[in-house]
Amino acid sequence: MKTLLSLSLLALAGVPLRAQFAGSFNASPGVDLSGNWAPLFHEDGLERGAGPELVNYLGLPITDGARQWALAWDSSRLTVPEHECQVHVAPYIYRGPLNLHIWEERDPKSQRVIALKQYISTYEQNRTIWLDGRPHPPDIAPHTWMGFSTGQYDGEMLTVHTTHIKQGWIRRNGLPESDAATLTEHFIRHGNYMTHVSILTDPVYLTEPLVKSQDFINVVQNGANWLYPCEEVEEIAGRPRGAVPHYLPGKNPFLNEFAGKYGIPLEAALGGAETMYPEYQQKLKKAGK
Amino acid sequence: MNRPALTLLALALATAAFAQPNQAANVKLQVMPVQGNVYIIAGAGGNIAVQVGPEGVLVVDAGLAGTSDPVLAEIRKLSDKPLQYVLNTHFHPDHTGGNEAIRKAGVTITGANVTGNLTDAAVGAQILAHLNVLNRMSAPTGTQSPTPTGAWPTDTEFIRDHKDLFFNDEPIQMVHQPAAHTDGDSLVWFRRSDVLVTGDIFVTTSYPFLDVERGGGIQGEIDALNNIIDITVPRHEEEGGTYVIPGHGRICDEWEVVEYRDMVTIVRDRVQAAIKDGKTLAQVKEDHLTRDYDARYDSKTGFGGANQFIEAVYKSLTRK
Repeated sequence: MKTLLSLSLLALAGVPLRAQFAGSFNASPGVDLSGNWAPLFHEDGLERGAGPELVNYLGLPITDGARQWALAWDSSRLTVPEHECQVHVAPYIYRGPLNLHIWEERDPKSQRVIALKQYISTYEQNRTIWLDGRPHPPDIAPHTWMGFSTGQYDGEMLTVHTTHIKQGWIRRNGLPESDAATLTEHFIRHGNYMTHVSILTDPVYLTEPLVKSQDFINVVQNGANWLYPCEEVEEIAGRPRGAVPHYLPGKNPFLNEFAGKYGIPLEAALGGAETMYPEYQQKLKKAGK
Repeated sequence: MNRPALTLLALALATAAFAQPNQAANVKLQVMPVQGNVYIIAGAGGNIAVQVGPEGVLVVDAGLAGTSDPVLAEIRKLSDKPLQYVLNTHFHPDHTGGNEAIRKAGVTITGANVTGNLTDAAVGAQILAHLNVLNRMSAPTGTQSPTPTGAWPTDTEFIRDHKDLFFNDEPIQMVHQPAAHTDGDSLVWFRRSDVLVTGDIFVTTSYPFLDVERGGGIQGEIDALNNIIDITVPRHEEEGGTYVIPGHGRICDEWEVVEYRDMVTIVRDRVQAAIKDGKTLAQVKEDHLTRDYDARYDSKTGFGGANQFIEAVYKSLTRK
């Protein structure tokens, strides 16, 4: 009763309760990203839908090693049983069709937000972004598809840093991402829309950070999951044990397919940091290519 | 294998340094739980796996000589029960250099006619390994042994290709992998904890070091990697499930072994094709057949370096 009386007195005195009990009303340290989100496909449609063409590395800051890795990659690699259930790594998974559910994990006593949880329907992935200031694991800890993420709010933006990501790809045509890669992300909410910006750094296969963005819209959703009960099977009968489909150096039969289809020089199709920038178009024009 | 570990291994191999004094001050260990009853100790040369339970302590590999004091201190933080078994994945001194010191810190508890423990008899812990490990660490009577007798395996009895042990309420299997990293490699499989220790058949820090002079070879290496993949079972979408402790580097699951198997197989196929084209070893080296993997795996040393790996693959494939 004493508490009620005190509250009543405070209210009558015209003092905002919110100010008096700061923290109790601090529902989220920054913007609230909770809800169901669906991707908006108004950019990079081919890559995010059917998938990129083979030997299209244009506009990606890849190393020569990454280029050679990808030129050796045969898409039949995905028929190897252990590859059939491989998941898109965190830096790539937001590119595809997915339902993204985000909710806050709170300490039951203090009600402080300690983590942001994400359920990503593609491959049934769960992701935790720790917001309680905990350190990243030591370098001998296992890696996962989603990696280990910590975040902090910067005004209306959530910034996330991720380490311990498994080896994966930066594009679904074989361009590799190493297990030394790290990811910085910004989640920015604009009302019912959310922009996700990712900055990938890979000391093994990228010469410069790879920056991408994609947009989401808040949707009412119940269910609509993309279940992914993947089970390894033998897709190619009679294949020898341990066979790994690949092209020997200089033998990729699709080397000129993308470049020829769009009438661009092969060197442009083979990518590299230079091909990311507008100046590269001018360079090609001057060279008469 | 990281650079400091490689340097230490090179030093140990060059000097047969099995009886070095403890260099505890220079050793920085990392200890982490892996799964079930199994932990990893990294930083003592090769990775060390430790299984603890109500019966006592079992370790897989013993690290470099000179690291045993801090290793034993970390083991004692995990359990004060008697250290009863040392299992060796192979004979290299970054995995067996600590055998003697760790064995001395342990006990053999026996039954039958000698019920009790044999501490008073200074027997120490038992050391289990494949016979080829003992062969590499010892020497015929009258000749100089490369390692002290106290470091030698005490039990090399394998039934066909494996040795079974039940300890701390857990079945443990050592499974011999012939002609892989060496001729005496064993996988150690903790079947209840669901953890597999691979020795240097699988590492995350370099190309495989194929010790061709001591029975290692590329086809045995690939076979062994495929055997690891057969044993491991991922929990969901190639993640988790069976955890893998490599000879050097971080804790893994099946996926990392798959990518490593792919790399080793692809390089084997490239060298095989070059040999078929009539190329010499020097010509094959000039082709830089590992350049897509060098930034990740080339240790630039004689242990797990690109040149060493290509040379070992070439020699394996052309060996008569």
